[in-house]
Amino acid sequence: MLELKNITFQVNEDNQKKEIIRDISLQIPNGKLVVVTGPNGGGKSTMARLIAGIEQPASGEIWFDGQNITDWSVTDRARAGIAFAFQQPVRFKGLQVFDLLRLAAGKNLSMVGACDYLSKVGLCARDYIDREINASLSGGELKRIEIATVLARGAKLTIFDEPEAGIDLWSFQNLIEVFREMREQVQDRSILIISHQERILNIADELIVLKDGRLSSQGTRDEILPDLIGTSSAVPDCKKVTSGKGADAE
Amino acid sequence: MMKLDETQLRLLREVADLHKVPEGAYNIRSNSKSAGRNSTANIEIVSKEDVSGLEIRIKPGTKHESVHIPVVMTESGLKEVVYNDFHIGEDADVVIVAGCGIDNCGNQDSQHDGIHRFFVGKNAHIRYVEKHYGSGDGKGKRILNPVTEVYQEEGSSVEMEMVQIKGVDDTERTTIAELAAGARLVVRERLMTHGDQRAVSTYEVRLNGEGASADVVSRSVARDSSYQKFDAKLLGNAPCSGHTECDSIIMDQGRILAVPGLEANHVDAALVHEAAIGKIAGDQIIKLMTLGLTEQEAEEQIINGFLK
Repeated sequence: MLELKNITFQVNEDNQKKEIIRDISLQIPNGKLVVVTGPNGGGKSTMARLIAGIEQPASGEIWFDGQNITDWSVTDRARAGIAFAFQQPVRFKGLQVFDLLRLAAGKNLSMVGACDYLSKVGLCARDYIDREINASLSGGELKRIEIATVLARGAKLTIFDEPEAGIDLWSFQNLIEVFREMREQVQDRSILIISHQERILNIADELIVLKDGRLSSQGTRDEILPDLIGTSSAVPDCKKVTSGKGADAE
Repeated sequence: MMKLDETQLRLLREVADLHKVPEGAYNIRSNSKSAGRNSTANIEIVSKEDVSGLEIRIKPGTKHESVHIPVVMTESGLKEVVYNDFHIGEDADVVIVAGCGIDNCGNQDSQHDGIHRFFVGKNAHIRYVEKHYGSGDGKGKRILNPVTEVYQEEGSSVEMEMVQIKGVDDTERTTIAELAAGARLVVRERLMTHGDQRAVSTYEVRLNGEGASADVVSRSVARDSSYQKFDAKLLGNAPCSGHTECDSIIMDQGRILAVPGLEANHVDAALVHEAAIGKIAGDQIIKLMTLGLTEQEAEEQIINGFLK
């Protein structure tokens, strides 16, 4: 289980400290698929990066499987079982797709095993296994390879930061199937997805809503979703303006 | 074949991937002497009479054969200049493996300057692999200054793989090529320098015939306080296409100078130069750390992949 205790994160902006995450406390229980959603700039990706160790909190603690990992490096957290799929996948000149999958698996990954991971994300393994992870791959291809590397990790906690970004509709359907399959096999593991997509929200066991760096709400899908979809909760100010304009027009 | 010691055998493995006497034609040079030679029905290797070096004649139409001419040096203070000429007959298709390994455990500099000339006949194809390697804990430098001249006739094709990853203190590599109509040259250079090492790589490719093409790509890593210079010049003297690329990773206090040189002397000459020098991107390291690698392991993986 992952637990955030009073986490705060700040950045320097024009020589002033700006809080991006404000005193967030929450739990990600084992055996659950949890989706974090909320308006842009609400702190979702930052929270994911704090959990992976890419950013360090100004205050608060992060606990994972009963250990305080707040000061642990990215490497140590990865070795403890936290996997992270980047929103913007990284390109590597020279490294091939198979190299990255083999590093991700952390063991002697067979070619067949690597191909299985690629097939899961809708890539024809034969066409991609020896491709360089460079500019010759499209954003959508890179994204699917990124997700394949995270699947190869087989981690206790797998974090996906906006997995739908840059993926076409066909691949998105494939991605939903991947998440459904992961959810069925989640057992003592957990999955954390940062997303705005209604279809991803719909497969969540639990939803967390972040707004302005604060925890706005957390609960089961049935508790949270009805208040989230088709209401003004995500973008209240925008909703008011739109209503006003509509009224004027009438 | 002359008996080689463990160090010499290790150098042979490093520069030519040789674990035993190679099949086909070969000449193994060890400490300025021939340690073994073999010619075949299609490939003749003979010593030059006027200077130190070899005449290597490959008959027209020779296919799927190879020539190995590695050099190993283990005596500190040895300095040599070797002239090797390759005459590749029309329509031949062969692999040539060269390379030089120096192990210097003494205090005097050891130096090998190999001057290789390739006369490539019409429609012939060669793949040339040259690896340079240095080892030994002596204070004497390991110096290699290869000169490669390539003269390509119509429709010929040359692929060159030049590798220098470890242990060479000082190198000045000069490559000159002249291409006739329809000839094609592809060069892939991989280079890594450490410590105070210095490597200068100079290319001058003259595209003289219609339809000639050249693609010269260098990938390099400069670590510690080492210095590299990549100076690539393409001359388009006919309707032709040429591309040079210098892609470098700079680390520590390393220095890299990339000098582009394009000279179009014909209106239908299409020449391109690309150069990029930069440190390893932070997000690349972080990505590999999220896979469980340490920062140092991540760096090594990125460099190994880059130079692969």
